[in-house]
Amino acid sequence: MAERSFASEVKKLRMGEGETFHGEGILAITKALLENGVGYVGGYQGAPISHLMDVLADAQEILGELGVHFEASASEATAAAMLAASVHYPIRGAVTFKSTVGTNVASDALANLASGGVTGGALVIVGEDYGEGSSIMQERSHAFAMKSQIWLLDPRPNLPSIVDAVRHGFEMSEASNTPVMLQVRIRCCHVHGAFTAKDNRRPEMTVADALDNPRRDTARIVLPPASFLHEHEKINKRLPAALDYIRRNRLNEMFGTQEADVGIVLQGGMYNSVMRSLQRLGLADIYGETQVPLYVLNVTYPLVNDEFLAFCEGKKAVLVVEEGQPDYIEQALGSMLYKAGRTTRLVGKGPLPMAGEYTGQVMTDGIRAFLADHASELLPSRGRAPNLPPLPQAAAGLGDVVPARPPGFCTGCPERPIFAATKLVENELGRHHIASDIGCHLFSIMPPFELGATTMGYGLGPASASAFNSKSARRRSISFVGDGGFWHNGLTSSIGNAVFNGNDGVIVIVDNYYSAATGGQDILSSRADNKTKSTKHPIADAVRGMGVKWVRQLDRTYDVGKMRDTLKEALTTSERGPKVIVASSECMLNRQRREKPVIASAMKSGKRVVKPRFGVDEDVCTGDHACIRLSGCPSLSVKKLDDPLRDDPVASIDQSCVGCGNCGEVADAAVLCPSFYRADVVHNPSGFERFAARLRKRVIGFLQHRRESRRLTFAEG
Amino acid sequence: MDVHMRAELPVRAGDATRSIIKIAVLAVGGQGGGVLTDWIVAVAERNGYRAQSTSVAGVAQRTGATIYYVEMTPDTGRAPIFSLSPSQGDVDILIAAEMMEAGRAIMRGFVTPDRTTLVASSHRVLAVSEKIMPGDGQADRPRVRKAAEDASYKLVCFDMEKIAVDAGSVISSSLFGALAGSGALPFARESYEETIRASGRGVEASLRAFGVSYERALTGEREREPVPVTADASPSVAGPDRMLREWTALMSRVETLPEAIRDMARRGLKKVVDYQDLAYGSLYLDRLDQAVAVDDAVHDYGFSVEAAKYLANAMVYDDIIRVADLKTRTSRQGRLRREQGVKDNAVIQVTEYFHPRMEEICGTLPAPLGRYVEARPKLFDFFDRRINKGRRIRTDSLRGYLMLWTMAALRPWRRSLLRHNVEEAHLEAWFKEAREHARGNYRLGVEILKCRRLIKGYSDTHARAQSKFFRVMGAVPLLAPREDGGEWLRRLREAALLDEEGKALDGALKTVATL
Repeated sequence: MAERSFASEVKKLRMGEGETFHGEGILAITKALLENGVGYVGGYQGAPISHLMDVLADAQEILGELGVHFEASASEATAAAMLAASVHYPIRGAVTFKSTVGTNVASDALANLASGGVTGGALVIVGEDYGEGSSIMQERSHAFAMKSQIWLLDPRPNLPSIVDAVRHGFEMSEASNTPVMLQVRIRCCHVHGAFTAKDNRRPEMTVADALDNPRRDTARIVLPPASFLHEHEKINKRLPAALDYIRRNRLNEMFGTQEADVGIVLQGGMYNSVMRSLQRLGLADIYGETQVPLYVLNVTYPLVNDEFLAFCEGKKAVLVVEEGQPDYIEQALGSMLYKAGRTTRLVGKGPLPMAGEYTGQVMTDGIRAFLADHASELLPSRGRAPNLPPLPQAAAGLGDVVPARPPGFCTGCPERPIFAATKLVENELGRHHIASDIGCHLFSIMPPFELGATTMGYGLGPASASAFNSKSARRRSISFVGDGGFWHNGLTSSIGNAVFNGNDGVIVIVDNYYSAATGGQDILSSRADNKTKSTKHPIADAVRGMGVKWVRQLDRTYDVGKMRDTLKEALTTSERGPKVIVASSECMLNRQRREKPVIASAMKSGKRVVKPRFGVDEDVCTGDHACIRLSGCPSLSVKKLDDPLRDDPVASIDQSCVGCGNCGEVADAAVLCPSFYRADVVHNPSGFERFAARLRKRVIGFLQHRRESRRLTFAEG
Repeated sequence: MDVHMRAELPVRAGDATRSIIKIAVLAVGGQGGGVLTDWIVAVAERNGYRAQSTSVAGVAQRTGATIYYVEMTPDTGRAPIFSLSPSQGDVDILIAAEMMEAGRAIMRGFVTPDRTTLVASSHRVLAVSEKIMPGDGQADRPRVRKAAEDASYKLVCFDMEKIAVDAGSVISSSLFGALAGSGALPFARESYEETIRASGRGVEASLRAFGVSYERALTGEREREPVPVTADASPSVAGPDRMLREWTALMSRVETLPEAIRDMARRGLKKVVDYQDLAYGSLYLDRLDQAVAVDDAVHDYGFSVEAAKYLANAMVYDDIIRVADLKTRTSRQGRLRREQGVKDNAVIQVTEYFHPRMEEICGTLPAPLGRYVEARPKLFDFFDRRINKGRRIRTDSLRGYLMLWTMAALRPWRRSLLRHNVEEAHLEAWFKEAREHARGNYRLGVEILKCRRLIKGYSDTHARAQSKFFRVMGAVPLLAPREDGGEWLRRLREAALLDEEGKALDGALKTVATL
């Protein structure tokens, strides 16, 4: 099961009218779905929206009472396709995924959905993974909304606003027969705040009602001639309806005096950052009273022409705050001004950078520069100063001292030994082209392993090596794919493709029993019992079913020697076609969460428990750190000995070691050194065990004494 | 000092956010930054403040650098507009859960002398890049400490990890204590403690860590740096009387050496005697005399000090006998139990990881026999196929222990074994070269001695280390005529310790070739 239990969060979903909800943004959205009579929810996990999926997965009881269907979709495409339930039936549906990567995957279904249009409100909640903490390519979801004509909400990042956006999203979707995208950024998803809850609402039509009363309408299906009509309908009916809804409900907001002759147009999501800059410049107070007029676009697509032109009325210059690129909004606003023959200067990318996150400093510098050029009288003397004082001298040169700290494999991670083995194979057979995939295993590209040349998308690791299929080459490609990516689409796009095209490469499927990188959700091949999902479908069976002949299942990735030998065999066997190795061991983070309480209670109740941990004999270790270059484990570090005879720090294992075995296996497989030992502490040993141990200790003690009494023995220290 | 503070806090003009307190937490993924953040919000709300927290949790969090951010202001009934991320030069309190994260915060401009109270734990969680170097890659902590003093308005810095571990808690509690003790927030100690109590789990341990850390931050009491327990240079020693007498004699030989060398010589002597026997110690001192013969007081006997150190290391090479000896000692058992945190009578199973190859076995054969086998590749391979595999030996069992104990029993015969012959020849050649060069180019001689540092590891690692050693030493003839030859040799050695394959060394050697 997932990394954490969400019992307390689930309780919050039960709140009724008038109660104050305290919690994270993404959980507030989850609650808002239930308040707005959603009929079904789907999605694919990934930061920053995993929480929505995790909490709903644990909330089966509430969902059952309300008649809401929830499922963890196989992929974002599956999730988007699920919204088809709102095409003919007046059922509200919501799906969620990480964007832009998830939207990329979903875009086929989204485009079809947007073409035919919807009857029930269809909401796509996209967690915009942009800027600090992001793990994906830096792009915008905005283009997807424009190209398929899906409305894009970008509400101000506070709980009441995003909760409101969920309601408006459904209503606007229904009013305009168009799916709506609700965009929330990472920090907004994780912001802790409060809003006043309402009662949860049972959907007016449930999926069960719909199943029992099927409907169809050929005009809503994407096939000529309907598809041509859809395009016209989008422009002639749905767009005006949407614009009307936005105006009527004042979805976009204006703040501040409208007197000033400058103003700022901003994406709703940028509101708090803009406000902070104005506060720091002394142009707004902490409650948002601002001297600079603001036009806040809580809907960033479509833009409302007359609203914007009215805002520009009497203004010399307007600044557009639009994070990321291309500057779609700025271009659209510019075109509006030009077509209306206005002379208001439009400023945006220029004082604000085209690329990169609008951090506090970037925003303040940009706004200050804009005001200095167009409304210098507004700036207090301090604000007019060109820049904040430069970084303190203290920071100078620290860049050479402070080491980078990229994310990496956790303590005891079962993927570590796979890459240790790969490194050993490369030492023996030379370097290979290695294709990586999305997931924790992508950390292999970082030190100490530095393995992997590309990553082309989830489940596409082996697919991205498909060009490297040459009979005249002496080496084969190696590609990695995780269990998550495998089930997401890798089975067909990577494995099926390799079988069909006779690819001769080696494919390693990293199976850690969960979709681990996204928070440990269950997937088809998970080994856990799951009350609501069907698990325990072996990957190896699926691979064989796909037509792969050479399949090896490894059930303990920590066996570095076996892992190495299997890889070597795969790289050298004369058998044609893809060579697939399924390397399975449970994600250590989840295993610890699962086992720790069990072990603790077993120990308490007096049951025999063996706890393994590794150690290093510091006088045997020579301080070469070859073991660390095959590990990188957080619990394996170095320490400086208090001995002037020793120059270099020796390896050292701290309390956090979980005894996974990688250290010993690597020392053995790579023929490193005999300084590692594994200590299995037996808690609550049996009487016989105790007796035998005492006996052995006595004999060993005798031998030790015998030797040590005949030589010089120096006290330690 | 644990607390370092400037005289006064200047006033910010024009800024409307003066009533907002801004707190950023920089941590290493897995340190519990989320718990700390929740506590900070809770303690603020408990004191009639409005607070907001954010983070960028995600996969980037796994063991990497992470940041949490909190803003708070007294509740006036109206909802304030808080920022979702910290800005440069606009952070009141920066909490760094690790020393280099404090450095990172300073680099990012989140610590400024006009306002930032920096609460930083002085302990280290080493980054992978620091650990993988064949040499010593650890970052310069004092440098960051100095920067922290210069960059902050007030610095509260001590080992909060240790306080937490000693209290059976995790670092979030001691960080919370240091935050409370720093006085940077206008809240009473009790309200922090109430917050911890209200949060539920592990309350008692958390409160203990909180309390110790609070006092420390409040009083600014100096961190009791563990006085470097520099191992006693005249160690306490036990053994048969005859041996003790001989030992005393050797120790008095050390006393006749120039003062500067004695400390290192005592340590070296102990190491070689512990490794082999008293006669070996005597040989060590003979060799040291040879070093002193080419040395003088003008140079503070620098050459001899290095000789005392590296001769000992060279004479104490790592072979099977040595490893077996170390792993079967009483002292090892004690240390193992201490490290694993178990009592003397606990039942503990110990598995050792050995992977002997024919090379090591040959080295442990009498020299002529070893050479005979080595000269016959087919024979060598025949044995290697049978010997070269991983062996896991349970040294808590009699069988496993006896196996190692028996191997260690070969010690008296070590001098006649092949490995010893090889090592001796190697040592003599290196030591002679160093002495010869020391006469003409003192610094070069010293640096040649220090190159012994390159030789470490077992098996392949040892072979790679040796090849680096020979490549570095290969440059000596080229450097000998140069006055700065020693400096160049030092650079070569440092380069050799930077990476495993010796890429940096290749580059440095190319530079030397163009001199």
